[in-house]
Amino acid sequence: MEEAGLATVQLSAIRNHTERLRPPRALYCDFPFGRPLGKPGDPAFQRRVLLAAFALLERPTGPVLEDFPETVADAGDDEPLACTLPPRLDPNDAPAVDEARGLRAAYERQLARTGRTSLGMVSGPDAIPALVAAFVRIADGVAAEDAGLPSDPHSAALDINAYYEEAALALADHIPAARATETWFFHHTETGRVLRAAQAALIAAGRTDFLATVVPRGQE
Amino acid sequence: MSIAARDHYRANASNTVLPEFPTTAFTVAPPLREARVAIVTTGGLLARGAPGWKRGEQSFRVFAAGERDLQMGHWSINYDRTGFSADINVVYPIDRLGELAADGIIGSVAPRHLSFMGALDDTMATLRLDSGRAAAKLLRDDGVQVVLLTGV
Repeated sequence: MEEAGLATVQLSAIRNHTERLRPPRALYCDFPFGRPLGKPGDPAFQRRVLLAAFALLERPTGPVLEDFPETVADAGDDEPLACTLPPRLDPNDAPAVDEARGLRAAYERQLARTGRTSLGMVSGPDAIPALVAAFVRIADGVAAEDAGLPSDPHSAALDINAYYEEAALALADHIPAARATETWFFHHTETGRVLRAAQAALIAAGRTDFLATVVPRGQE
Repeated sequence: MSIAARDHYRANASNTVLPEFPTTAFTVAPPLREARVAIVTTGGLLARGAPGWKRGEQSFRVFAAGERDLQMGHWSINYDRTGFSADINVVYPIDRLGELAADGIIGSVAPRHLSFMGALDDTMATLRLDSGRAAAKLLRDDGVQVVLLTGV
C-alpha cells in the first residue's frame, strides 16, 4: 500500500513481530487479542487510540514504532462472566442440548439489540442444539465423521461459541472483559464442558489437526 | 488452565517465522485534516450472508462506509470476539472515523473499507503480489490517502 502511494498506520498487537516486520508506522497496543481499539463501548478510549496512531503520520521518515501508554488486560482465569443460565426445559435432552435451547431467547435479544451476529460459519441458530448433540456424541467416543456434524468440528465449534457468547452479552448487564465470557462458556456451561470433553476425545483418537481444534488455547 | 492465547503468542513471538522486508516502503502522509482515511482490517469480517472465508484465503472483502451488518468470520479460535459482538468499533472503528471527520481532525471518511483475514501461515505471495495491490488500487481510486490497519 505504501508503494502504491498510501500512507498507512497500524495498530500492533505483538510488538516483537512489528519490530521484525518494520512497517512504516505502528502503534503497539497492549490490549486483548480481538480488541485492537482496546475497549468496546468506550468511544473516548477508542478516539485516544486513533489520535495516537494518526499522530505517527506526522513523522517525516520511518519505520516508526511507539507504544500506546494505556494498557487493557484480559480477565483472569478466576474472573469468569457471572451469567445466569436457563433452567432445564426438557429432562429427556442431554443437559448441554437443553441448555443451548434455553439460551435461544437471549441470543435473539442480542441480535435485535445490535442487528448483527457472527453465527453462520456452518448454520444458523436453529441448528445449534443439533451441533451440540453431535459434540455430546464425540465426547462419548463417537468418531467426528460419524457424529452428525455438517462440517469439520472447528467450524461447528465456532458457531456454538458465537451463539453462547452473544446470548451471554444479552444476559450480562455490561460488556465483559476479554476472556471473561470465554472462561464462563468453557468452564461454567454444560456445552462448554462438552466441548472440552470432545476435544480430549478427539485428541485421544489422534485428531490433533487444526480442523479438530474446538477449544481455545488456555481453556483446555 | 494453561497459559492464555495472548500471553502464549507474545511469549513465543520470536519463534514465529515471518516474511523479511529489507527495506520499508514509506509514503509521506498529507496533513491529516485534509486526508481521506480508510480502514483495512485483518479481522476476517464479512457481510452477513456473504460466502464465508475459506481457510487461508488471501482475498479481501469490501464494505460501504454505511454498512454495519458485519460478522466475524475469522477461522482463528484464539482471540476475543465478544468485544466485536458488543461494539463493532473495537475492531472496525468506522463510527470513530466519522466523528473525527465531523470534528475536522481528518479530512473525510473513505466510501469503501476492506477486510482481509489474518493468521495466514504461508508466504502470503497472493496477498503481496495480487490481492494487496488490488486493494491498494481500489482505495486509490476512491481518493484514499491514509489507511488505518487493524488486526485481531
